[in-house]
Amino acid sequence: MSIAATQKRGFGTVLWDYLTTVDHKKIAHLYLFGGGFFFLLGGLEALFIRIQLITPENDFLSAGLYNEMITMHGTTMIFLAAMPLLLGLMNAVMPLQIGARDVAFPFLNSLGLWLFMFGGILLNLSWFLGGAPDSGWTSYAPLSIQSPGHGVDFYVLGLQIAGAGTLIGGINFLATVVTMRAPGMTYMRMPLFTWATFITSVLILFAFPALTVGLFLLMFDRMFGSAFFDVALGGNTIIWQHLFWIFGHPEVYILILPAFGLFSDIFSTFSRKRLFGYTAMVFATMLIAFLGFMVWAHHMFTVGLGPVANSIFAIATMAIAVPTGIKIFNWLATMWGGSIKINSAMLWSLGFIPTFTIGGMTGVMLGSSVADYQYHDTYFVVAHFHYVIVGGTVFGILAGLHYWWPKMFGRILHEGMGKFTFWVFMIGFHLTFFIQHFLGLMGMPRRYWVFLEDQGLDLGNLISTIGAFLMAIAVIVFLYNVVHTAIKGDKAPADPYDGRTLEWTTASPPAHYNFKQLPLVRGLDPLWIEKTEGKGKMTPAEPLGDIHMPNGSILPFIMSLGFFIAGIGFIFQVDHSAWLIAVYVGMAIAIGCMLIRSLKDDHGHHIHKEELEREAD
Amino acid sequence: MTENTSTNKINSFQKQKNKDEMKKQVITFVLMIAFTIVAFAIVGTGIMQKMFVIPLLLILALVQVGFQFYYFMHLKDKGHEMPATMIYGGMWAALLTIVTLSVIAWW
Repeated sequence: MSIAATQKRGFGTVLWDYLTTVDHKKIAHLYLFGGGFFFLLGGLEALFIRIQLITPENDFLSAGLYNEMITMHGTTMIFLAAMPLLLGLMNAVMPLQIGARDVAFPFLNSLGLWLFMFGGILLNLSWFLGGAPDSGWTSYAPLSIQSPGHGVDFYVLGLQIAGAGTLIGGINFLATVVTMRAPGMTYMRMPLFTWATFITSVLILFAFPALTVGLFLLMFDRMFGSAFFDVALGGNTIIWQHLFWIFGHPEVYILILPAFGLFSDIFSTFSRKRLFGYTAMVFATMLIAFLGFMVWAHHMFTVGLGPVANSIFAIATMAIAVPTGIKIFNWLATMWGGSIKINSAMLWSLGFIPTFTIGGMTGVMLGSSVADYQYHDTYFVVAHFHYVIVGGTVFGILAGLHYWWPKMFGRILHEGMGKFTFWVFMIGFHLTFFIQHFLGLMGMPRRYWVFLEDQGLDLGNLISTIGAFLMAIAVIVFLYNVVHTAIKGDKAPADPYDGRTLEWTTASPPAHYNFKQLPLVRGLDPLWIEKTEGKGKMTPAEPLGDIHMPNGSILPFIMSLGFFIAGIGFIFQVDHSAWLIAVYVGMAIAIGCMLIRSLKDDHGHHIHKEELEREAD
Repeated sequence: MTENTSTNKINSFQKQKNKDEMKKQVITFVLMIAFTIVAFAIVGTGIMQKMFVIPLLLILALVQVGFQFYYFMHLKDKGHEMPATMIYGGMWAALLTIVTLSVIAWW
């Protein structure tokens, strides 16, 4: 946006630039744009759900359409909004925080982005091509096997393509953190957001294959007549649930750990203090990730695993409250005695602590397997996971956006509107979801499209819907803020918040090579160390020299388009075998692109020393 | 360090190291081929009971995986701690999945 404004390039040039870019900062813009678009779609679906539930026995949506709404709301928000927005923030900030010029595999970074985009588009095309998936975001068999039409097929192929993109992104971040840290940036000097990115990527690497396998089994069952989940033919439906939650539980930590990381950075910056208990924070993050793999069956307490399995998973679940508690107390201790500055980024972080703690508390309640038989599939569960996902991840994304907006787009978001957004969203959020705890305890089941009159559910649902509209208003104000800032926002200085970490040593937005000379890192919070010692800027770790940068490429876009076409072919070949042509053509495009990528040497380009010297410091 | 800067010496040292490395590669390669032949032989000839064959095959497979990781993929060398952590982490996640599916989903 800002680049287009300063250089007055044509629209076509900018478009081509973004389609071919391998620059982590531009890929971050695209992730934020794509994730933001799907966030609005998911939000719209949420509003439709709440309008349907505003009064008893409402007929705003038909029962079938309601099922499609809840399915698409959940799927869109988790896979197409929350994760890409987080990946966008990681892309924008993590390479800067470790003092790298780009990620380890810039081409793969672009491929991951376009796979996500096309996967998301494929999933949402289902609305226009015969109906969206309607078996819930968990898509449990046998419901998903028996769902008529192509809805669930779109779910399978869309998530398969988008999931491959996420997996690629995760591996890329792992390699980046392991190999591309600046001189002196040891593991235990990395900012918490970088740590969170690293550990989240480990979770992506280990959790996503379970989803991939599950989706393939479901695809074979639905399209090619296999019987993995068909009990009548000797299959077992519980396998889907296990595979889904072996992925699904680490997935919720994939959503929350990056938020934990960026809150840590924000608390320490705006309290002007070193993060309290840095080492404990790092190991708590690791412990959460480790335990996160051993608790998935707490989603399945009522399946009938038996008391022994239930008890083991219940205890493991409650154990996760310990490292999470460590984190909460460390944030409080970071602020204790600090010189606290409250702006919109800090407000979101402060709002997160009580909100997430309530969500964590109901989480422990749900983790008790005996009590879970009461809560299971009621609005209590809905309230719980919205408290942790909205109160954690969405608050985190908004905090991160306000905090890093100047670094990403070169302009500072309007503070007044930022604060207004926070308060309206915060109030709307608690109105919507706090009451749902009680609706659940009174016995309102989740996913039902109507409820009866005079059962004590009328007022609660009305309040909940009003809250949802407040959240919508807050999001609209945020969007206006974005447009307003893009047109007449204040130009951001390099270091608007008196920051502590390496991203604030670069210009806002950074040059496309990030660092003219790689910085020498002398400790945790490297910029802060230089500031306290009176220097104020980083010591270079290398003499000024040629910088080697990767070339842009359109191949990732075309490759993803190929998979997209093949995906459509797979979905419709059930109806008519002529659609197999789309499968072959799509796969040929994708594999052809892979061949070109493998056979054609691309050594990138150099930015020469003389060029760098000419630019002002 | 400083007295040992003659390029000739480093070359001969490197040469010796490469030679040792090659020797190890060839030995593990021969062993892996041998293991494979043994595996096929005991199944093909049927000289052992099923009871013994399956654990034996599993042990042979495990050793081969070890060779693969440690010799061919250089996990034994220095600077491979991070890949090792990742591989063992992945094995742990995969093992959990297999144990679950075989113990609580099917049992």
